[in-house]
Amino acid sequence: MIAIVKYNAGNIRSVMNALERLGARYMLTDDETALRKADKVIFPGVGEASTAMAYLRQRGLDKILTTLEQPFLGICLGMQLMCAFSEENDTAGLGIFSETVKLFPSTGIVPHMGWNDFRTVRGPLFAGIGAGENMYYVHSYYVETGSETSAVCEYLLPFSAALQKDNYYGVQFHPEKSAGSGQKLLRNFLEL
Amino acid sequence: MLKKRIIPCLDIRDGRTVKGVNFVNIRDAGDAVELARLYAEQGADELVFLDITATIEKRKTFARLVERIAAEINIPFMVGGGIATVEDVGLLLRAGADKVSINSAAVKNPSLIRHLADAFGSQCVVLAIDTDYVDGEWRVFTHGGRKQTSLETMAWAREAQRLGAGEILLTAIPNDGAKQGFAVELTAGVREQLSIPVIASGGAGRVEHFLEVFQRGRADAALAASIFHFGEIGIPQLKHYLKEKKVAIR
Repeated sequence: MIAIVKYNAGNIRSVMNALERLGARYMLTDDETALRKADKVIFPGVGEASTAMAYLRQRGLDKILTTLEQPFLGICLGMQLMCAFSEENDTAGLGIFSETVKLFPSTGIVPHMGWNDFRTVRGPLFAGIGAGENMYYVHSYYVETGSETSAVCEYLLPFSAALQKDNYYGVQFHPEKSAGSGQKLLRNFLEL
Repeated sequence: MLKKRIIPCLDIRDGRTVKGVNFVNIRDAGDAVELARLYAEQGADELVFLDITATIEKRKTFARLVERIAAEINIPFMVGGGIATVEDVGLLLRAGADKVSINSAAVKNPSLIRHLADAFGSQCVVLAIDTDYVDGEWRVFTHGGRKQTSLETMAWAREAQRLGAGEILLTAIPNDGAKQGFAVELTAGVREQLSIPVIASGGAGRVEHFLEVFQRGRADAALAASIFHFGEIGIPQLKHYLKEKKVAIR
């Protein structure tokens, strides 16, 4: 059973649709027991960082999400919330990853919206996925590159397309909207 | 590198695709979901579904179709046509659309753009501009291109960005359907003024037209309908051509 973290950031529907296409069983929950018992946890999110963090803290979800032991995947804002700090309304994150979330420079078109490939990819999430494959991105804030970076994408500057630390994974792009390449990545996660 | 997007547009009436579609390997060309799946498999980067009935009772039929599309299709898609309220947009986003385009309603009430951006985020708010060249100026038209407004296109695009639009879908009325190429200078002019992406629409007839609008027009994406529906240009063929011309293409 896959648990999708239920909280106040949207776009959960498309993740559920993608899991259905893969034939995976899932539930949407914010219950501690259900989250701890799940085989995998997915933490999606589209929205604003400080509002989302305030909600997670208020529900005590911050304590739960940071102490899970099964494979955990943050998507887009989900990955950004897993970081230590976000420049988006100066928000302290969950601190699973040590990297900082920053606003793209205004020298280019922001948000970074559309399909982009990788400079580098590594780790089990990217098994069978080469650097030349494209994923779909929509974001105005990016995670800087650091020791936990497992894939690098370039737009205006190099940034973390994916992060990994122990059982925690994060991707900046939307695998659920990234055609066959995204489907491969989700399947890799389900098979971890 | 960020890729230029190729976007087929499907017109929908009563939950079915409108334009005659000329595909041999499709069972029901009127089924929007089936056509959408085919385009996604062929490499379309995004899809647009335009509800051309857009009455209140038909809106629900459209929303049900949007749910089916979202369940089946694994690429982003935009919906549009007669959208006038925050509730309309909420319904379509909840049904699974990634972006919603607004046009006439935003001209009538520009603050709608801000309300939508605040409620749902700029990334899903697309301002569609239909424009025609009148008395030496590009003017904004509404109601499917039938009604001229007092707005000048560049100024309206800038204002929409300021209000929180996340993208501009720019349709040149004189080019639309003529298959003589996109309005390249207009697209470049609008793109120059903005820091949000511009989708060029209207005029695609040959693969060279896409090259022009991406290179000289600096469009971030290009939209077309009939040339794809009638199989005049295949998406794989178009993408192959653009890659050979060194355009960044998925």
